[in-house]
Amino acid sequence: MNLAELQTKLIAAARADAPGDAVPYAFEKRVTALLAARVAPDIMALWVRGLWRAAVSCVAITLLFGAWAVLNPTTVAPTGDLSQNFENTLLASVDQSDQAQ
Amino acid sequence: MERTEAELIAAVLKGDAASFEPLVQKFSPRVFATARRYARREIEVEDIAQEVWLKAFSKLGSFRGDAPFEHWLMRMTVRTCYDFLRGHQRNRESSFSELSEPESDWLERFVADPGSAAEDADAAKLLVARVLEKLSPPARLVITLLEIEDRSVKEIAALTGWSVALVKVRAFRARGEMRKILAKMARDKYL
Repeated sequence: MNLAELQTKLIAAARADAPGDAVPYAFEKRVTALLAARVAPDIMALWVRGLWRAAVSCVAITLLFGAWAVLNPTTVAPTGDLSQNFENTLLASVDQSDQAQ
Repeated sequence: MERTEAELIAAVLKGDAASFEPLVQKFSPRVFATARRYARREIEVEDIAQEVWLKAFSKLGSFRGDAPFEHWLMRMTVRTCYDFLRGHQRNRESSFSELSEPESDWLERFVADPGSAAEDADAAKLLVARVLEKLSPPARLVITLLEIEDRSVKEIAALTGWSVALVKVRAFRARGEMRKILAKMARDKYL
């Protein structure tokens, strides 16, 4: 088979088959409608949607932490003396080094 | 009174999106004709045309007006078609054993007597569409523009954004690729 001649024939066939330039009905209206939807986004709606999403996330996190606090009560009983607790915490490392010596 | 292209473009750039509609109406036939060279299904052709116009709208600010709007738009159309080809390479690996009856007949007629196989026959058109589908995206683009649409290398460089040297290299490779595909078709058919 003469491939070069076949190639020439097929290219000629493609040339003879010019594609149509028909445009679907109301295509320009569709494009303009798409553009209008793109050009004018409702900024208030976007802002409100964002706020709602943030609010839902905050409520969900609050509920999770609330449930966690209720279901896992602390095992250390609070002494009630804030100044003593603060001093113990602050000097914990000093106490530890004293015990080590 | 009908507004000129420049007036319509200026109005769009000032925010009047409705002024874009006459441009879409005027130039869509060329966009569709070009897209039909690369996509077979009508739904794909419409998708390409729609993407071209959306891109044209968003990049209209980059249109300088020193060349006709149509040239600028056709560059965008060809590049969008090329992107489409790169994204749709599914048919390239299939074999030629499933040629339709008219295609096989046309090929046999060509083998027996090349002069008797008419190039305007429907079977030849189907066959060339099948061969073009198997080409790589750059090869298909360059064969279409150079051999089928008969454009110059300079024109192709302007349309694709490739350099003149790259167009020449890709044209050389594309012809070789097409020859290989035809050889494979001959092997699948006769061996």
